[in-house]
Amino acid sequence: MTAPTLIMGAVAYAPKVVTIWEGFKAWFGQQGFAFDYVLYSNYEAQVEAQFDGTLHLAWNSPLAWVRADRIARSRGQSVQAVAMRNTDCNLRSVIVVRADSPLQCAADLRGLTLGVGAIDSPQATLLPLHHLRQAGLVGGEDFTVRRFDVLSGKHGDHIGGERDAAKALMAGEVDACCMIDGNHLGFGLDGTLPSGATRIIERTEPYDHCNFTTSPDAPRDAIDRFVALLLSMQWDDPQVRPLLELEGLKKWKPGRTGFYPALAEAVDEQGFYGPDGSILRADYRY
Amino acid sequence: MEAFSVPTIDIEGLGLDEGGLLLVRRALADLSAGESLRVRGGPPGWDLHLTAWCRQQGHDVETHRLASGDIEAVLTRGSWAEGRWRDALESGHSRLADDELPAEVADPAWGLAARGATVEAGGPSVGFSLSRRDDLWARTAGELYRQAAAAQWDPQTAIDWDAPFDLPPAIEAAVVQVMTYLVENENAALVVPARHLGQVHPHFREVQQFLALQCADEARHIEVFTRRLGLKGHEPMLSTAGGQASLNTLLQAPDFSSATFLLSVLGEGSFITLLNFLHAYAPDPVTGQICRLAARDEARHVAFAMAHLEHRLAAQPDYQTRLQNAVEQRHEELAPTAGLNEEVFDSLVLLAGGDLTPAAVARGHAAVQQLKLDMAAGRKARLLRLGFSPVEAQRLADMHTRNFM
Repeated sequence: MTAPTLIMGAVAYAPKVVTIWEGFKAWFGQQGFAFDYVLYSNYEAQVEAQFDGTLHLAWNSPLAWVRADRIARSRGQSVQAVAMRNTDCNLRSVIVVRADSPLQCAADLRGLTLGVGAIDSPQATLLPLHHLRQAGLVGGEDFTVRRFDVLSGKHGDHIGGERDAAKALMAGEVDACCMIDGNHLGFGLDGTLPSGATRIIERTEPYDHCNFTTSPDAPRDAIDRFVALLLSMQWDDPQVRPLLELEGLKKWKPGRTGFYPALAEAVDEQGFYGPDGSILRADYRY
Repeated sequence: MEAFSVPTIDIEGLGLDEGGLLLVRRALADLSAGESLRVRGGPPGWDLHLTAWCRQQGHDVETHRLASGDIEAVLTRGSWAEGRWRDALESGHSRLADDELPAEVADPAWGLAARGATVEAGGPSVGFSLSRRDDLWARTAGELYRQAAAAQWDPQTAIDWDAPFDLPPAIEAAVVQVMTYLVENENAALVVPARHLGQVHPHFREVQQFLALQCADEARHIEVFTRRLGLKGHEPMLSTAGGQASLNTLLQAPDFSSATFLLSVLGEGSFITLLNFLHAYAPDPVTGQICRLAARDEARHVAFAMAHLEHRLAAQPDYQTRLQNAVEQRHEELAPTAGLNEEVFDSLVLLAGGDLTPAAVARGHAAVQQLKLDMAAGRKARLLRLGFSPVEAQRLADMHTRNFM
């Protein structure tokens, strides 16, 4: 009997997503593993499809992981984070000001304007606002939050919101802005933020990014085989390397969930999802 | 590893986004996978940048604050950089030694890389149909390319377009008809190598470069012949079906060697004689100048073609039969056509004679007959050089198209 095809969901945040998963599908096929994918325009529809039998697993953003986990728990089910990229581990976000700004720390933001990314961006909105709340400042109360919404529903996968916020910082439209650490380096290298023109005043605790999230009742053997194949992918292999480069990793790692709690707290503080994974934000469009 | 033995660099306040990464990368390049590098001295926030970069590159990194308050990072080099070059392809030598040949077959996986580059495995295979050395190589291609590059001339300045002259209408018309014919032939002489150029694997750099300049030469010829025919306000004159049929057979030649043989060894070789004839009998300075310059370029094309066919016939003596077949097939195909059009023939007679008096026409006619003999003799000489027997060389030289090219 032929093994059933493992169906994975992915969000099409850019055209290259098709290239990536077509490449993975072909590679899995060469390994004798039946794999296919379904693309979604947003993570909310993808996570919901994990609970209606459409998907066996999904390539989820950290926020999508939080939601999938909440929906599963509320139903007495469970989902697992089975694999992630080496580049998904131990990220930090930063809050940046212009180099000549008088701001030195979080408290100095009081009464000023902070530029953040998309409403659903863990790295450029949810986690930095959580970090500031830990420092005693509540967005919308102690300082103004100006959102740079690009492609809502894609959970900040699109870099555009962070870039727009960075440009607004340089234009003097906001007093500080938020971004992932690697993007601060990248914006310096590509000239969006000229070298030395900005200063980091805050950094979040480390957190993790995407993971492959299993759906409840996903076929265990197929998931195990999928993970084993992923972990066997070698950067040395010229056939595999282009796929890993497109997806932005050097090596797949087993999934872990110990670096998502800060995001879950942010979700609660900012009223993004309910405990059962329901969407609470009325101004969230996806 | 003892702390003192870990190589250390101090980036002295240089941001990683303002060149500091270059220093880190170079220092890491001296280490093997698993070896460590200590980095100090970055500006505020540099440790975050370094951590983000290491995460992306797959290097481990630990940062800690020194008693001085400065931050120090210790990187452990990941294996990824080496991994990229495992099974990389070697693609020969950029500069060929004397008598060194390029690869017998150029690997499609070398793609567009510079010859001699180390090529990462897994790149795209680029399909170049001319990838076998003997199908296209010429020992002197590099030298002929250098000569061609040095001999490029600017049509605007190399020709004295403003030279005063005024020809009788019949002579001017003869010039315009001949120029019309020359443009048509140069169009073929451009299109044939251009069609092959895009198929040459870049490993055979010298041939690629030579053909590119051959195309540039022909583009210039088309320009100057076109400018000359319009110099006194005329439009081009007549283009015959027979002439075009003859040129069309060049486009249909089955491979690069056959096309080069028919176009350059036989056709352009004959054209050098024709251009020298036109230079000698030019009724005006502009015609004389452009024919002299064009003939010089054509001589290089013939030299390349001869060198290529000498290489191919040395490697594949049996290929001579294919060349014979190419001439015979073309001859058969053109047998029912009219050959050189009468207007061109009469124009050449008139240009050589100088006017329409019977005595001048007789002189001109004799000169054109001699031109045809000279062309055939040149073709035979080149065929002899390529190793054809005298009888065969004469037979093939005589079977060449009556349209000259």
